[in-house]
Amino acid sequence: MAITLNHYLVLSAALFTIGLYGALAKRNAVTILMCLELMFNAANIAFVALTRAVAPQVLTGQVFALFVITVAAAEVAVGLAIVLAVYRQRRTIDATEIDLLKW
Amino acid sequence: MVAELAWLFILLPLLSFLLCVFVTRPYPRLSGYVTIAAVGATFLLALVAFWSVGNLPPDRTLESSVQWVVIGGSVLKVGLIIDSLTAVMLLVVTLISFLIQIYSQGYMAGDPGYSRYYAFMSLFTASMLGLVLANNLVLVFIFWELVGLCSYLLIGFWYQRPAAAAAAKKAFLVTRLGDLGFLSALLVAFNTTGNLDIRHLIDLAETKQLAGATLTAVGLGLFSGAVGKSAQFPLHVWLPDAMEGPTPVSALIHAATMVAAGVYLVGRTLPLFLAAPDVLLVIAVIGGLTAFMAATMGLVMTDIKRVLAYSTISQLGYMMMGLGVGGLVAGIFHLLNHAFFKALLFLAAGSIIHSVGTQDLREMGGLRRFMPVTFLTMLAGAFSLAGLPPFSGFWSKDEILLEALRFGGVGQALYILGLLTAFLTAFYTFRMVFLAFGGHYRGPAVTGDHGHDHGHGAPHESPPVMTVPLIVLAVPSVLSGFLTFGGFFGPFGEFLISRLSWHPHYEPGLDLTTMVLSAAVSILGILGAYAVYGAGWVSPEVFSSTFRSVHTLLVNRYYMDHLYNWIARRIVLGIAGLLDWVDRYGVDGVVNAIAELAVMAAGSLRLLQRGWVQFYALMVTLGIILLVAVFGFFGDIIAFLRG
Repeated sequence: MAITLNHYLVLSAALFTIGLYGALAKRNAVTILMCLELMFNAANIAFVALTRAVAPQVLTGQVFALFVITVAAAEVAVGLAIVLAVYRQRRTIDATEIDLLKW
Repeated sequence: MVAELAWLFILLPLLSFLLCVFVTRPYPRLSGYVTIAAVGATFLLALVAFWSVGNLPPDRTLESSVQWVVIGGSVLKVGLIIDSLTAVMLLVVTLISFLIQIYSQGYMAGDPGYSRYYAFMSLFTASMLGLVLANNLVLVFIFWELVGLCSYLLIGFWYQRPAAAAAAKKAFLVTRLGDLGFLSALLVAFNTTGNLDIRHLIDLAETKQLAGATLTAVGLGLFSGAVGKSAQFPLHVWLPDAMEGPTPVSALIHAATMVAAGVYLVGRTLPLFLAAPDVLLVIAVIGGLTAFMAATMGLVMTDIKRVLAYSTISQLGYMMMGLGVGGLVAGIFHLLNHAFFKALLFLAAGSIIHSVGTQDLREMGGLRRFMPVTFLTMLAGAFSLAGLPPFSGFWSKDEILLEALRFGGVGQALYILGLLTAFLTAFYTFRMVFLAFGGHYRGPAVTGDHGHDHGHGAPHESPPVMTVPLIVLAVPSVLSGFLTFGGFFGPFGEFLISRLSWHPHYEPGLDLTTMVLSAAVSILGILGAYAVYGAGWVSPEVFSSTFRSVHTLLVNRYYMDHLYNWIARRIVLGIAGLLDWVDRYGVDGVVNAIAELAVMAAGSLRLLQRGWVQFYALMVTLGIILLVAVFGFFGDIIAFLRG
């Protein structure tokens, strides 16, 4: 059985959903960041797969994926810095306990 | 004289007003001198203007116009006109104003508001001169309101006294009621003709281009303004209260000049009324009614200034009646004579008040021994007011009566009413004279303060600065009636009609019957007053007890003030209260309810802000799902709706 575009897209959707669930449901801030990475990569798979299937002669999707990886790296750097700063202040990285900005 | 010099009439007193306010305020005496100099200069100018008009060829006038507002193609021009009517008014206003400014130096001596007083007086003189000079109804209206403002400021001059403050407010509000009509007339006239130049309006009325209901509306509106300003029935109630102001103010504003502005306005625009006979009839009847009613009220007043105030209302009614029967010359002639003798009477009354420290006639008496100059000059004014030949009031009153008789119809009823009024006038005038000057002094030897800071011993003659203006004013009060036979430029009537932009009907002549009748009722009135108040043959109590109901009616001033108070309290305040409620709870209620709703909604919605970043992310996710669902399921409908 050949691997078709649909397989890639289903994989992408599955990864994205798992990532989304983790980002919304997990309490640990680091885990949430990891889940975000998962969602980025789900998008990357969709980009590359679609370019290959729809317009193999151009590299738009691949280039996009490279940019996403770069941005994700920067995002993680910022995200981890925030988590670190919050931890130093509050001695916790539980997302449900970081609720100072309410009402 | 160059017509442009006419602007100086307004600018000079205006300059003195500004000087008094900004420069000489800390130096009271200087303020007085500045005002006297400015008004004196306008008097000289008025002489020049009079001489220039007299030397003009017949039917010519001096006019100076400037463009005021240019909107597209239409130009609003305003300007000043000096014709025979204006020339006469200028002389009257400047001369009386000049004498009263001098007199005030004595009367107002030591008053803490001395500079303020002269500032207002300057402003008033400027406005009054502007009023008589203006050739455009818009300009007339502006100056009309300015003199009203000055009247308000000067009635309430001693604003520390509640009565004065209330009187000022009353005068302002009541005259404003009439001015509402004036303003409506201006709007109607402008809407119809697009031009408020008086000469233009007169031309339109004379060529019947302005006629019918429009002309009637304009005429009634203008007259309503005159009713307010000249204190005619039913808006006369403010003038007696206006006596709360300083007496020179009463003499200048509320006797000689401003209250005559209504008469002047009707005279100035008389052709409009002549073209609308219905309105003319209204003027004649209101005038006659006012003359009679005010005279009856003058009979029972015990305050010397109020007697004179009712007398002023009555005489203004006389003038209105004269104009209402089409007698421009008669009305204006009476205005001229009245200005002199009433200013004189007020100043003499002021001299008495200054001397004895009370305005109550019952506390005077015997003053002829203490104040001979005041007595003699007041006597001259009183004879003139009473219409005793050959004093000035006699001649003009006769002319008005004669015009009424010639008018026919209602005129004959007015003629009889006029004679009756003449009798009452003579009676109340000499009641006042006998009460003040006859008999023995009834006042306490020393009275309390009355706006003056010097104590009062026995009554004394006023200083020369006050008596000299009295003597000067006594001359025209005695003699100005003879102007009807001849003056510098011919008889008064012929001079007046010769240099106007229109041709009033004027028929000189004297009617022997009228002269005899009016002289007889005048003498009868004086004798009657002598019998009751001079010789004491009949006690005044006999009348007041015999005609108790009439007496009560008169003392309560026909209950007019009660009626107005009732209307103000019940109806006006009732409607105002209703509107207040609607505004407070209706209009404001809706606005406040919307605001409250927003606050409440925000109060509930802010609880969603829990501070959990994952909660927000969940909401974003749900939002995206919702959007995708909407566009997925309803995409076709949305596309259809957007065309």
